[in-house]
Amino acid sequence: MDKRLERILPRVQKPARYTGGEYNEIIKDKTSADLRMAFCFPDIYEIGMSNLGMRILYGVTNEMPGVWCERVFAPWGDMAEEMRRVGIPLYALESGDPVSEFDVIGFSLGYEMAYPTVLDMLDMAGIPMRSEDRNALVPLVFAGGTSCCNPEPMADFFDLMGLGEGEEVNCELLRLFRTARNEGWDKPRFLREAAKLGGVYVPSLYSPGWKEDGTLAAITPADGAPETVRKRIVADLDSVYYPTNPIVPSVEIVHDRVNLELFRGCIRGCRFCQAGYVYRPIRSRSPETVIRQGIESLENTGCQEATLLSLSSSDYRHLTEVCDGLLDWCEPRSISLSLPSLRADNFSVDMVGRLQKVRRGGLTFAPEAGTQRLRDVINKNVTEKDLLDTCRVAFEGGWNGIKLYFMLGLPTETDEDVEAIADLAGKVLHTWREYAPNKARGVRITVSTSCFIPKPHCPFQWEPQITMAEYQRRVQLLRGRITARNVIYNWHDADTSFIEAALSRGDRRLGRVIEAVWKNGGRLEAWSEYFSFPRWMRAFSDCGLDPAFYATRERGENEVLPWSRIDMGVSRDILLRERHRAYHAQLSPDCRAACSACGAAGLMEGGRCDG
Amino acid sequence: MDKLRIRFEKTGRAVYMSHLDLMRVMQRAFQRAGVPLKYSEGFNPHAQISIALPLSVGIESVCELMDFRLCAEWELSDLKNRLNAALPEGVRVLEAYEAERKITQLKWLRITGRLEYDSRRADEMAEGLTGMFSRENIPAVKKTKRGEGEINMAPHIPEITVLPGDGAVFLEAVISAQQPAINPDLLISALGLNCPQYAPDFAAFRRIELYDEKMLVFR
Repeated sequence: MDKRLERILPRVQKPARYTGGEYNEIIKDKTSADLRMAFCFPDIYEIGMSNLGMRILYGVTNEMPGVWCERVFAPWGDMAEEMRRVGIPLYALESGDPVSEFDVIGFSLGYEMAYPTVLDMLDMAGIPMRSEDRNALVPLVFAGGTSCCNPEPMADFFDLMGLGEGEEVNCELLRLFRTARNEGWDKPRFLREAAKLGGVYVPSLYSPGWKEDGTLAAITPADGAPETVRKRIVADLDSVYYPTNPIVPSVEIVHDRVNLELFRGCIRGCRFCQAGYVYRPIRSRSPETVIRQGIESLENTGCQEATLLSLSSSDYRHLTEVCDGLLDWCEPRSISLSLPSLRADNFSVDMVGRLQKVRRGGLTFAPEAGTQRLRDVINKNVTEKDLLDTCRVAFEGGWNGIKLYFMLGLPTETDEDVEAIADLAGKVLHTWREYAPNKARGVRITVSTSCFIPKPHCPFQWEPQITMAEYQRRVQLLRGRITARNVIYNWHDADTSFIEAALSRGDRRLGRVIEAVWKNGGRLEAWSEYFSFPRWMRAFSDCGLDPAFYATRERGENEVLPWSRIDMGVSRDILLRERHRAYHAQLSPDCRAACSACGAAGLMEGGRCDG
Repeated sequence: MDKLRIRFEKTGRAVYMSHLDLMRVMQRAFQRAGVPLKYSEGFNPHAQISIALPLSVGIESVCELMDFRLCAEWELSDLKNRLNAALPEGVRVLEAYEAERKITQLKWLRITGRLEYDSRRADEMAEGLTGMFSRENIPAVKKTKRGEGEINMAPHIPEITVLPGDGAVFLEAVISAQQPAINPDLLISALGLNCPQYAPDFAAFRRIELYDEKMLVFR
């Protein structure tokens, strides 16, 4: 270990985050690896190691002969300061080698607030941030992850961006890169070829132009780059690689357990939900595969808990079979099974009850809106009766805590809708009074609101966000309506939501804003410890841009959107149709009740959407 | 089955794991090794394991002790091999045996230390340190649950030798393991308090042996 590092580590918080050496870490012989990839996660270890996508891609990349993929995370503030003070560059955990020595540097972009951290990590690695300042082919700096579905805000910094699921395209890219390096291609030639792989957006091959009003005139492809870049998916979840031998962190991480993936995509079509649209089509893993991967992972990690992941677990067709199969193995070994992302229906409560035999803590539901009208606007097919019936079953079953999540600022929301949130919480409390078998234990109903952030590629992508002042007013309105002692109200800050909204639908000009934020010390902006609203506002104004233009402005339906070159599978016509139906509070059936022919099945190449 | 004990080392990169981290690492290693730890009864079952004398982050050791119970009879030699196959880098079981003596009988610890001086002469430092540690009163400020308290460390360091080396001073000492627990870092903070001119730029320590009250090796 580096002598300087040895001196720093005892002084910083949780130093085991910075050493590597965990069980199941992949170590290869440097001399036999001809291609080295630094997999960078622009947040701290505890967050990055909890990310299933990173676990999958780390494993699948290391399956490639001759390729050694290592992990890099952003150090917490104390460690970052110490490293800068003594001049230790950002290094990878497995080998301890500086990131600048790697051939390929890949970032996982899952959320917009991590953008300044990407720049900080490149700077800590001593690598020029802007793609145009890196003339050589090596190192190649690229990104993948959900945030790439609007690639423009970070377009200046990456040589290329991968769209959709990375299991296949990541390996194709590395093979092409290896050929390019071995044959001595220059960087432009490599990028032109990479753009032909499918699912690869090369920002330098697309030039945006603006109108006088500040909206986009066009994004023009050059050098034979495709008109639209279509995201990639994995068609068969039973044959694709899954990490059943994952790294077991030595320090506690956020999700410290075995993750099992049930299916990808969502049948529900909630109109505010980006994930519900961009992860289509629906592809399930067979129950046999989930059970086998679960047992293997538990045996290989020694974890005492497994969790079943998907966007809506109750919509998995074989949920009972998977739970029974896993419980048969887990129960004798005191291993617990948890099931997040359940819908508010009775089946869910029964299922959770079977999983949590001993401890009955809280249950969380997301009605999202207070009135049936507004829930119909957003196509959240949950009725008040569903919710109250579910709460009744839960209270009768011994639960004494319910968390309810809502959004304020959804399109068409009125004060009546806001006040109805308080009324709904009151009805849940009333249900408890009526049905709880043991009222001496008390009850705790938590209402949380966040400010709706319109995101690209969902039916509300054209909608304005409400202003911060309006959000605050609605928060106060709701606050005044919640009077019961057992109901607690938490609300999310308006300022982070406003910045996130500006970034998520931003165009290429935001690159300068993100850079200015970083220059003024911005990093780990998703953390309240580090987020600074004035720093963002100053950066916008220094760049001559108005965040409100991006956050709170309604887009014209014919406007060129920054992500118009990106095809996530669902057709624009479907998004528009859903937007218009929303205004009439008209429901759309879920994918199983009636296929909407959204277009995502076309990504399957012969496979069948499980919607 | 009776209470079992392993003696293990924690070296290299593993020294940065905290005590609580190590407890979890151990539990998972037992699970991976297929060795069934005994769990407590009740609403929130937890493994019945206990690691003696929590080690500060950054300090190496080749004599850590962990007590535990198993749900089934187990061949002790097999236990060591299975655990070592399941433990992360730097944590290694040296021996497994039935715990015969109580941890409360553990009294002294032998430690070695490397005190680094970037711009001072090691031989001068070694001489100064020898003088300082031979005093009859070595005051130090020790943090306890009740706040800070001043103690005289001299009676709790019955043996100490200091030798100059290349850019560093090497120290070997016997210190009180419990009642009071003398953390090696306390030696360094005492230097800062009494004679800052001998305080090193960096110090690294390693536990090497355990003794009872009579200075006999403790197992």
